[in-house]
This record gives sequence, C-alpha cells and structure tokens, in this order.
Amino acid sequence: KRRGSGGSQSGRCGRSWLPFAAAGGMEDFSAKFVSQKISKTRWRPVPAAALQPPELFATGSWDNEENKISVWSVGDFGSLGPNGEYQGEPQLLCDIRHHGDVMDMQFFDQERIVAASSTGSVTIFRHHQNNQTLSVNQRWERAHYHVDPDTPFYGGASCTGVICNNPEIVTVGEDGRINLFRADHREAVRTIENADSSTLHAVTFLRTTEILTVNSIGQLKIWDFRQQRNEPSQIFSLTGDRIPLHCVDRHPNQQHIVATGGQDGMLSIWDVRQGSMPVSLLNAHEAEMWEVHFHPSNPDHLFTCSEDGSLWHWDTSTDVSEKPSFFHQGGRSTTLLSHTANQSVISAWLSNNPTKDRMEITNLVPNQTLSVNSLDVLGPCLVCGTDAEAIYVNRHLFA
Amino acid sequence: MEELDVEPPLTLIPGVDSNRKQMCFAWGPGEMLVYETLFPKEHAEKRPGCPNIFIVRKDQDVYSQTLRKLFNESHGIFIGLQRSEEELAGKSRKAQLVRVSKNYRSVIRACMEEMHQLAISTRDPELHCQHSTQVSILSAMELIWNLCEILFVEVAPAGHLLLHLLDWVRLHVCDVDSMVREVLSCEYPSKHKDFWNAVDIFVLQGRMDDARHLLSKEASANPTSMGMCKILDDLMKKMPILTIGNTQTLTEMELKWQHWHEECQRYLQDGTFASNPHMESICKILLGDENAILEKKELMTTWYHFLVTRLVYSHPTVKPVELRFYAQSSMDLFLGGESSPEPLDSILMAAFEFEIHQVIKECSIALSNWWFVAHLTDLLDHCKLLQSHNLYFGSNMREFLLLEYASGLFSHHSLWQLGVDYFDHCPEYGKVYLELHIERIPLNTEQKALKVLRICEQRQMHEQVRSICKIMAMKAVRNNRLGSALSWSIRAKDAAFATLISDRFLKDYCERGSFSDLDLIDNLGPSMLLSDRLTFLGKYREFHRLYGEKRFSEAAKLLLMLMTARIAPCSFWMTLLIDALPLLEQKEVIFSAEQTYELMRCLEDLTAGKTDNQKFQVDDFEITKVEILRLALARNLARAIVKEGTLEGS
Repeated sequence: KRRGSGGSQSGRCGRSWLPFAAAGGMEDFSAKFVSQKISKTRWRPVPAAALQPPELFATGSWDNEENKISVWSVGDFGSLGPNGEYQGEPQLLCDIRHHGDVMDMQFFDQERIVAASSTGSVTIFRHHQNNQTLSVNQRWERAHYHVDPDTPFYGGASCTGVICNNPEIVTVGEDGRINLFRADHREAVRTIENADSSTLHAVTFLRTTEILTVNSIGQLKIWDFRQQRNEPSQIFSLTGDRIPLHCVDRHPNQQHIVATGGQDGMLSIWDVRQGSMPVSLLNAHEAEMWEVHFHPSNPDHLFTCSEDGSLWHWDTSTDVSEKPSFFHQGGRSTTLLSHTANQSVISAWLSNNPTKDRMEITNLVPNQTLSVNSLDVLGPCLVCGTDAEAIYVNRHLFA
Repeated sequence: MEELDVEPPLTLIPGVDSNRKQMCFAWGPGEMLVYETLFPKEHAEKRPGCPNIFIVRKDQDVYSQTLRKLFNESHGIFIGLQRSEEELAGKSRKAQLVRVSKNYRSVIRACMEEMHQLAISTRDPELHCQHSTQVSILSAMELIWNLCEILFVEVAPAGHLLLHLLDWVRLHVCDVDSMVREVLSCEYPSKHKDFWNAVDIFVLQGRMDDARHLLSKEASANPTSMGMCKILDDLMKKMPILTIGNTQTLTEMELKWQHWHEECQRYLQDGTFASNPHMESICKILLGDENAILEKKELMTTWYHFLVTRLVYSHPTVKPVELRFYAQSSMDLFLGGESSPEPLDSILMAAFEFEIHQVIKECSIALSNWWFVAHLTDLLDHCKLLQSHNLYFGSNMREFLLLEYASGLFSHHSLWQLGVDYFDHCPEYGKVYLELHIERIPLNTEQKALKVLRICEQRQMHEQVRSICKIMAMKAVRNNRLGSALSWSIRAKDAAFATLISDRFLKDYCERGSFSDLDLIDNLGPSMLLSDRLTFLGKYREFHRLYGEKRFSEAAKLLLMLMTARIAPCSFWMTLLIDALPLLEQKEVIFSAEQTYELMRCLEDLTAGKTDNQKFQVDDFEITKVEILRLALARNLARAIVKEGTLEGS
C-alpha cells in the first residue's frame, strides 16, 4: 500500500537550494550528477570556419566496475530562463563501454575520439551522429605494457597520455614508452622503448614533428621524431626537489611558451627557447594539478584544475598599465607588435613577476572537496568533471 | 547483550540447500564471504564440493546508480555543514541549519524524481517494481526528514508549528492536484463526481482560498444554493490564521478564533446548511467535529493528515509538547483497531513524541541503508540535540552511524572517496577506520595510488604512506621499472628499499657495463642522501661522468674517496679498483704517491679480508685481476715518486 506522500508530479521542493547554485560565482554553471567518477572531459572541436560555440562534449570515467565513454549535448533544447539564458543541464546522447579507466581522451576529428586506457590499450571510437551511437573504430591492444623479467608474461601498463594531430596519434605510459600511431595503420609507426625511466604523465605537440612530455621526476622533455636517436632533444627540469609534473600545455600562438602543472599544485611557465629551468613558478593549488589549458583563441586566459577540488581561471588580460594587451578578449589574437623599437615583445606569461601586477585569479568551483580531474575550454564554453561524479558546464565564460 | 529489537533478516544463498549443506563464512570490512563446507562421511562416496564462494553484501543500496547521486550530492552538503560556523548565534545559526536540512531534502526529492522517471520509462516489470519500491522508500524518507526538520531543527513555537505541519501535509499529499485539474477541466465542474471531494480535500488541508475558488463554481452553477455558498464562503474567509511574520499574539489569535468558532456554531445550529449535506459536513469540519472529519478518512489517507486537520480546526495554537497526545489519539481513532501501525507510523509517532533516539533507531531498522540515519543524526547533533546520549559501545550515536555509512561507501569500488571525508569528521574512531579501509583500496594505476597517497599524506598517516609507496615500488620492480621504483621509495623515504633498488642498478651495471635510467640517476639531487647505497650509486655515476669528460684527477679523487670513506660496499671494491686501472695507465700521472698507497691498502684490505679457504676458491681470473692491479699500482707509484721528486727539486 502506497502511503500518502510520494508522487513526483507535484508539490515538489524547488531545486533552488542546490549547493552549487548557492555557491558564489557559480551561477553560470549548470551541473549534472552522472553516477560515475569523471576522469576526462573534452569539447568536440568546431569546424574551423564556424563561429558558433561547441555543442557536444565527451566524458570518460574511471574507477568504476564498468567504465564508459559518453557523449553529451549542451545544445539549445534545454529550457531557457527568464532572461533567455540557457539553463538546461547536459543531456546524454550515447555511451559505450570502455575497458579499464579512461586515463586520457582527445577528439581526433569531428567524429572520432581517441581514448587511453589503464589497461594499456588505445582505442578510437566513432560517434555516429545520425543515430547517436558510439562504436569502436580501431584499437591498439598492447600499446603500453610491462615485460616481466622472469616470465614471458606481458602485463598491460597504464597509458597515461594521448595527443592527436590528424592523422598522427602519440601516446605515453607508465612503462616509459612513447608510441607514434597513425590512424588506419595497424602497427605503431614509431616506438621509443624506455624513453623515460620514470612514468610519463602527459604529452602534447610542440610542433608537427616535435612533442613535449612531462614525467614523475619533474622533467619536461622535447622529442623530435625526425631524429632517429631514441633520446630527447632537450631536457628541462625543476631544480632540486624532483616534484612530479602531471600536465602540460603549449601556448596556441607563441609555441615557445609552455605551461606545466605539478604534484604540489605549482604552475610552471617555461620558455623552451632558452634555459633549462622554468621562467616562472606560480604557487597555485594545494594538491596535484591534473590539467592545464591555455584558452585556444584567447591565450591570455589559462585554466587549471586540481585534486584539491578547485578550478582556477588565470587572467592576464586585465593588465592595462604600461604594456598593451596583446590579445583581445573574444577576438582572434592580433599580431604581435612591439610598442617601441627597443622594447621586446614579451607575452604576459613570460613577464618576470606575473603574480604581482598583471594576473587575476578566480576559483570557478568553490566549496568543492573532491578532485576536479579534467577540464576543457573552447570558445565561451568550459566543461569540467569531478570525483564527486558531477559534470559542470559554463557557456558564458567571459560574460 | 541487549535484546534484539527485531528478528534479523534472512538472506538466502542461491543454489545452496541449507537443509543438506553446511555453510561457513568469513567477515570482510563491508561484505561477507560464504562458502559450503564439506564434512566427508567415512563410508560415503567422495563427491566434489561446491566450487563457489559467495560474496554477501550488507549494503546493496550503495550499488544503485540513482542513489549514487544522492550519496554524492549530499556529501557536499555534509561537508558544508561540518565547516559551517558553529559560532553563529541563535537565529542565524538556526536559519543555517534549516537551510542545510532543506538542501538534504531537495536532494532526496531530486533522486526520487529521477527514480520515478526510471520506473515509468522501463518496460521490464521487475525493474519497474524495484524502482517504484525505491520511490516509496525515498518519499517516506523525505516525509520523516521534513517532520524532523519542523519539530527538531525549526523548533516552531505554538501557532507557527501548525503552519509548518500544514505545509508538511500539503507537500506530501499530492493526489488532490490531479483531481482538481480533472474537476476544473470539465465543462461543469460542480457536476463532476469528485467536485465535493476536491472541496473537502482543500478544506481538510486548510487551503481556504483554493476551497473558496472551487465553491464559487458551485455558486455560479446553482443559483438555489448561492446564498448558502455565500455564507460558507464568508466563514472560510473569516477563519483566523496566524501567518509567519505576523506580530499577533497567541491570546489575540485565540480570542478571534473563539469568536469565529461561535459564528460557525450558530450557522450549524440554525440549520443554514441543512439542505446541503456537503456544506453541512464542511461546516462541521470547520467546527473541528471529529466524526465529521473522520468520515473523510478516504480523502486523508493517513492518520497524520487526520491529526493535522483535527488540530487546524480544534487546536490551532497547539504547543509542541501537546502534540504527542493528539498524535496518539489521532492514530488510534484513524486506524480504529482495523490495522496495526506500520514502521512508518511508529517512526512518525516517535517524532511527534519528541523521542529522537527512538526515531533514529526505528529508521535504522526499517530503512535498507545508513545514508538516512547517518545524515539526519549528524544534523540533529549539530542542533545540539544528542549530546547526552552515549552508546554502550563505540563513541556516540552520531559517530557510530557515520562510521557505518562510510564503511559501506568504502566497500564500493568507486564511492570509497566519499567515505574519507565522513571518517574525517568522526573524532574518536574515524582515523582508525580510515587507516584500516584505505589499505584495502586496490591500486591498479599510479594515478589512483597518487590519489590515495594524497589522502594519507594530508592526514599524516605515515604508516599507510610507506605501505602504499612500498606496494608501488614493488610493482615497479616486478615490472623491471627500476627508475619508477626508486622514485616511489624516495617518496616514502624508504631507505631499505632504496638500497635494494640501488643494488639492482649496480648489478645491472656490472652485468652490462653501462647504466640504465641515466636520466633518473643524474637527477637524484638531495634525495641521494636517503640511503648509503643510493649515495654510492649517485657518486659512482658521477665518477663515470667525470671520467667521460676527461676530468681525470677529479675522477680519481672521487673514486678513492668512495673506498676510503667506506661509501662503496666492500663487494664493489674490486670493480672500483678495476675502474682505476685506466687512470693508472694514463700517460700523465694522476694518482699521487700518497693516493697510490691508499689504493694499495684498499686492495690489500680486500684480499686480506678473505680467509685462506676462500682464497682457494677464487678462480684464476680473479687472481689475474689482483696481479694486474698490483703491477699497475707499483708502476704508478714509481712514476709518482719520480714526478713528485722532480717537482720538489725544481
């Protein structure tokens, strides 16, 4: 016998008490609890000519008995608020089982997603947009593995990082290997065995033939695939403490500027043209910085997320004093022009004392206690995923 | 031992006939292993035993996809409450606690809604049934929580208390809205079969404006009853109601009430409504006539609705302490001995009686998970309502329930992370529980290990930090990833393990003649000092670098120092001496006479240390090495003496 109460059609408490809605600065975020810890979130790239914001993103989960790659829509079929602002939460379009934790994930193109697994495999999934399904397109089963010296047994080693530059895919792993794959090739095009004696945590492209890796002893290395030697062409390192580095991103326009995040939550900015040490070290999070991203079209803005549960927005565009801002908000980056003949052009990120006079930092998800594992920014949109099994989406970053 | 409150539930293990087989079990942290035991009878033929081991999970709600949202979302609220300012005084503290309570309820509601959606969208009848059961459990949880919020958190005073209780009933009896919609949507609402039922429900819930609105339909449709409607409408309009924020005193209110009551009484007695039984019964309800209200039993569906209706029309200024009498008699009247109270009834009754501990106890028994009692108890504890109560086991009730809940989370492959924060807020046993549970988290990737490690480091759990690093270092060694292994042991400051790995490096060097993992060894930095062997490894590698850079005299000095300062292990001395050979054979004199004497002493120490017995076992190759070394040393000594003599002379 059903007792008095119940029914969910009416008399409902409004959701206005939601904690994230109450938290300061979070009005622009819509959140969704998804019953799985999110390890990666990525926007689907928008076609180069298109001006509209991204509408789809993918997530990967970890630590579940059954992990998943899911595709979500933030398209406009959500309801509109009183002022016409978007209010709908992300809608699940489709998902597919992923064997092992999703360690890293990238969109290869508009339709394909490359996922790195804790089992050591690398899989390309195809998103069929006509019937909203996902399927396995291609898989390299043993991209990363350990060799047991005593037995002929090959155990999978976690693939920790993947980066794509169509048609190439580069992966790194706990086994210290670097693989270069090409979509539609069954075998790796190039493998650097034992590239690193410690764990490689992340990888990104520096130029078409060069990649950057970071490892668990605080080193940033440049590898050049044109060279046949299996040695890095350059090694940069943090001094002394060997604090592991977990993430790396390169400035979208000034390719010599590289940002990395470390185990102590420190943000390091490097100039790979000179020196072997970071240009600046910025105290940031209280625990591991899991990801760092320059805004792709607005690189005065940088975003970082951390195990301490925070997501930071670093804004160097607010500077109005002596130097002109080289990039304008919302627009494409303008050409770099030196102001006076003898004043060299230095990006805001390379200035000597960035924290003091030219950086504004905001924590975008306050009061969050569990790790923000991943974030992605594209146009005016930001998406992040947490260990509290929530996805947050902000579609008006610069509003 | 205390008496059992209820019979423990029986769990049947599928495929095991308990009449014929015996079973054994072993406790785990959150689950239990069960297996069949086989006691072979002497003459019986040997039969294979049961190949299965069963895992019995205590807390299966943890595995519900929808409830995971409840656990995750409420975790944030819980943390917020723990961090909230205790110092906030009086009113603002109360407002804060009420807000927290409402947040919890909104999460339950959201979860219930989703479960409801699942129930209506599924085609599988079994799943539908499961989801529907969950919906009614969640809705019961919200009902109980809401009542507790009114009575224990809000602590509404007389007058306001009833307003809150009315809201409570309205929120949880929702059938009326669909009925009204149906009534209003038909062409002649007053002719609808449920018209008077709808009016009655509004009256029973004290929703006077809604009731008057409906009544106006009857008035306009039926001119003969218009006068009667007008009078009833007027009575409803005049009914004195306390509103929140109104400054009216209770005495004023009671006086007005008395007045209004008398007016109703007059109309009833002079037979104004005699021609219309519906309106007459409404008038009786307004007068608080128990029998008239009880006649509408079907419309109220529950005894607590009856209770609130009864209070509205007969005791609008009821005090919290008086609730228990009305509650008990309402339940008795309503159930009328036809049915016995269900668990939900006893829980609500306990709440009306302000028996907080009874509420929590009954909820613990009736509900299938610890989420509800743990969070409710914690909230009530923050309201300072549970201070005096101590259990005869563990610490206090709040902590006991939080520990149970968090342990349940830890038995889940993914939700364990939430459990950590709950343990943190259990001052007495939280740390011990966390220590025991965290060690059982499987570490399948380095990233996960780093997360677990961070949890331990933040809480100064040195033992667990060491153990995690050791596990990871062992794994790395097994995978032949010496560099990684060394990193892990450096992080744990585990000198013994660092020594072990350094030995592996040196062994590899001796076998292959070159170092692996140079990128790591060259960058040891201060961590080199962790163990003697690691220091040696680092210094020895430095020697090789100096040698490679042709900085011979520095290299020679370092090599000698490694032996004389006893940094190098004895087993490695021969290798070092052999390494000295090329330096001894250089054109230029590198080792001074004094240094050469020291080298010779090292060689003699090495050979003299061995017993005669060992000497015989040394193979020819070893003897040759020693002879070559002696020769080289002697020649170098000669050259050095000559050189030093010449230099001195010049």
